[in-house]
Amino acid sequence: MASPVLPKLVGQRVKRREDPRLIQGRGTYVDDVKITGMQHLAFKRSDIAHGRIRSIDTSAAEAVDGVEAVFTGAQIAEFLGPMPIGTPFPSPDHRAVASDVVRYVGEPVAVVVARDRYVARDAADAVTIEYDPLPVVVDPEQALTGQPAVLHADFPNNAAVGPLPSGTGASPKAVDDTAIDQAFAEADVVVSQRMVNHRLAPTSIEPRGVVAHYEPGKDAMTIWSSTQNPHILRTFIAALTGLGQDQVRAIAPEVGGGFGSKINIYGEEYVAAALSKRLGLPLKWVEDRSEAFLCTIHGRDILAYVDLAARRDGTVLGLKLRLVADIGAYNMLLTAAIPTLTMTMASNVYAIPAIRATLTEVFTNKTPTDAYRGAGRPEAIYFVERAMDMLARELGVDPAEVRRRNFIPSDRFPFKTQTGAVYDSGDYAKALDRALEKAGWEGLKAERDAARAEGRLVGLGLSMYVEVCGVGPSSGLPTGGWEHSQVTVERDGRVSATTGASPHGQGNETTFAQMLADQLGIPMEHVRIHHGDTGVVKQGIGTFGSRSQAVGGAALHLAGGKVKKKMAKFAAALLEAHEGDLVFENGTISVKGSPSSAKSFADVAGYAYRPVKLPEGLEPGLSEEAFFEPSNNTYPFGCHIAMLEVDRDTGEPRLLKMVAVDDAGHLINPLIVEGQIHGGLAQGIGQALIEEVAYSDDGQPLTGSFMDYAIPRASDFPRFELESTVTPTPVNPLGAKGVGEAGTIGSTPCIVSAAVDALSGFGVRHVDMMLRPERLWRVINGGQA
Amino acid sequence: MARVSITVNGRKRSAEVETRLLLVHFLREQLNLTGTHVGCDTSQCGACTVLVDGRSAKSCTVFAVQADGAEVTTIEGLADGDRLHPLQEGFWEEHGLQCGYCTPGMIMSAVTLLHDNPAPTEQQIRDGLDGNLCRCTGYQHIVNAIQHAAASGSGR
Ligand code: FES
Ligand code: FES
Repeated sequence: MASPVLPKLVGQRVKRREDPRLIQGRGTYVDDVKITGMQHLAFKRSDIAHGRIRSIDTSAAEAVDGVEAVFTGAQIAEFLGPMPIGTPFPSPDHRAVASDVVRYVGEPVAVVVARDRYVARDAADAVTIEYDPLPVVVDPEQALTGQPAVLHADFPNNAAVGPLPSGTGASPKAVDDTAIDQAFAEADVVVSQRMVNHRLAPTSIEPRGVVAHYEPGKDAMTIWSSTQNPHILRTFIAALTGLGQDQVRAIAPEVGGGFGSKINIYGEEYVAAALSKRLGLPLKWVEDRSEAFLCTIHGRDILAYVDLAARRDGTVLGLKLRLVADIGAYNMLLTAAIPTLTMTMASNVYAIPAIRATLTEVFTNKTPTDAYRGAGRPEAIYFVERAMDMLARELGVDPAEVRRRNFIPSDRFPFKTQTGAVYDSGDYAKALDRALEKAGWEGLKAERDAARAEGRLVGLGLSMYVEVCGVGPSSGLPTGGWEHSQVTVERDGRVSATTGASPHGQGNETTFAQMLADQLGIPMEHVRIHHGDTGVVKQGIGTFGSRSQAVGGAALHLAGGKVKKKMAKFAAALLEAHEGDLVFENGTISVKGSPSSAKSFADVAGYAYRPVKLPEGLEPGLSEEAFFEPSNNTYPFGCHIAMLEVDRDTGEPRLLKMVAVDDAGHLINPLIVEGQIHGGLAQGIGQALIEEVAYSDDGQPLTGSFMDYAIPRASDFPRFELESTVTPTPVNPLGAKGVGEAGTIGSTPCIVSAAVDALSGFGVRHVDMMLRPERLWRVINGGQA
Repeated sequence: MARVSITVNGRKRSAEVETRLLLVHFLREQLNLTGTHVGCDTSQCGACTVLVDGRSAKSCTVFAVQADGAEVTTIEGLADGDRLHPLQEGFWEEHGLQCGYCTPGMIMSAVTLLHDNPAPTEQQIRDGLDGNLCRCTGYQHIVNAIQHAAASGSGR
């Protein structure tokens, strides 16, 4: 028994097991799936933002050589019902393919089935459509006047939701403003600002795609999709194609990024499934990038009127947040729920005694919005942190100090905010202190001042954030707030485990294998993690809201614990020992204190499948499953600091330094965590500096390709400087909080605050994102931001 | 239709193709070399990058007929049998990928980057990647990966 001692892997920077196939071009993404007889779909899409379809002529398309069929929206409606949503809010009729009115540029109006994608595209281009144009509205506040357009007859003034009140004294029955009014009456200082958290395109580098294969002989459907949640896809595809969930197998192959945009079940997926069933053919559709900008959901697009009341010493007394969310033309799966998270997180890391938040969601002639990395929390943190920065400036206090004065103290957790969130755990002062130290805050201030003395426009920004992850329990999530795992010790002692947390770059095959290897005392190479296939993974929800570890990892841990317990019973019988005295390590199971009394892990596994003397009360085999539902969400937090310079001549901002201290609780693999934070920072900084979805007044998208919509490049960033603090959560057995969205949430406000600081000599208090050089140049040259 | 003959990963491949067929689709659809990806339609993302006659090129911006007679290397042909290319090693060692979709193109671009400049500075690496977009990593680990490969002498 001289086997080498296996290292503990949890907490180590373990190289990813996913990588060998991906760096050699051997991954299988949805566009790599080919099935004999497969045909291709292409969609004809509206090129106007609002109009009534007068006529559709598909004859030229049908005449193209290689075309199998062409369907209009009206024809599709004969066998495909309306698009479902996953929130309890009222929703207008929404069809995968429009049949009478189009409401945004890019909305599908017809679909072609053809031999290959070139032919399908040719034929889609040959479909001719005549529209009676309708008035267009793109400004959400204007849309609320009901002029010049109402998108959906049942929603007067285009109000999709609300106004919904939240915060102090808000109950379903009445709203009592006494406390908030009093806070503002007592205040020495009130800062007020209208701010826009503008529209973004999620832009995974792999566009969306789907292959639907209905096999008439089996009366069963297999659907491959670039999705974050194959089990949810299965549920909805079954419902809309009239099949049972047992008849649908959904597969998420390699998924090339999602960032929330691939939570949704899109019209193209429903159409592919329904047409495959109708035609008895395997069908593929893969999105072009220019389609992605039109038809994959957008994110953010919330404007806020923020009022913050405080005493002269910096103590915040009250916050008012009036939110208007521009959700575009329709509700998608979670659309209406996302901006409610902005209300929920309005207290940020502060003990604000009175809060009034109100939310109105508005239909406009734009692409629908939904979850994009952060989903409602970046907006909340941006509004509050910009206001805190304005307060600091107004009072002439260091921005770090005004924040510190208002922190929820570390001994007051669980802490219930005025908007109803119950924060699990936190130590905000620790994160702030670590960030100030890491950045060398005082030194940076001196550096900034020295640069200014030379005439350079250098600024510093700091932001604190807390966000909500690992959403559960089920009362908080329409899909259910649990996750599932099954762990099987095979006859040879190898381990197969499933997880419903279907990854798209998060590295679960690695982190989950690290965890099981430690738990069972076996080499990581003996553990394989299966995911992304409802034919293999019995149950699951999916990967979003930074929930893989906090919920999926916890389910895996519980299932692993169950199988270990059962295995101990078999081992106890073999070793004639008490099961409580067994030690699992280095691939053996031994009796504590007498290491010579041991069996190899593989031998015990083999015995469990052929128990010549079955221990009483035990079934043969080693395969256990667990559903884990957390009692509460987790609330990771952190502090980000940025230093930025604005070019005096051109207004161009340049990020000089970016420090991020994040607390996600216990970390399984710090290497992967760093990657998640880097990616999040890139997107948060991208929003502040260069990303913006723009529309003309007549609803034409002005950012329809990578030529117009800038996602950050390597040269846009300095080297990020990271550090972690660790405050475990009590709501799951791992103490892990989740880290996927943190970087996006914390970074944006500190970049904008740094720009405002850089331009403070010009009397500016706030500049809306994105920080277009022209906008900053105008500030420098005496105009309005 | 036109006849093309292209040497791909050392093997000569001939086919009748539509003259409008993009090289990337020739590789993916006709040769089943699906490691080369498509991420855009305006020649910006670089997911489709391959080597044409030894230099990186965006295969979405080349017609198959333009590559007639050329030598093309895709990600599938980069390793030396079982031995990974130093850039592949670097990406693995340094966690240079998450979803992996941009990765083949990143690696193929980096081959030319290191060929032209075997010991680049960090800024030169960042500038050299301007034709490749990654939405997952924030680029820092990609930079580390290329530095790792450079340190092992990949560019020589
Ligand atoms: S697919 Fe070639 S550059 Fe994007
Ligand atoms: S790793 Fe996902 S796009 Fe680069």
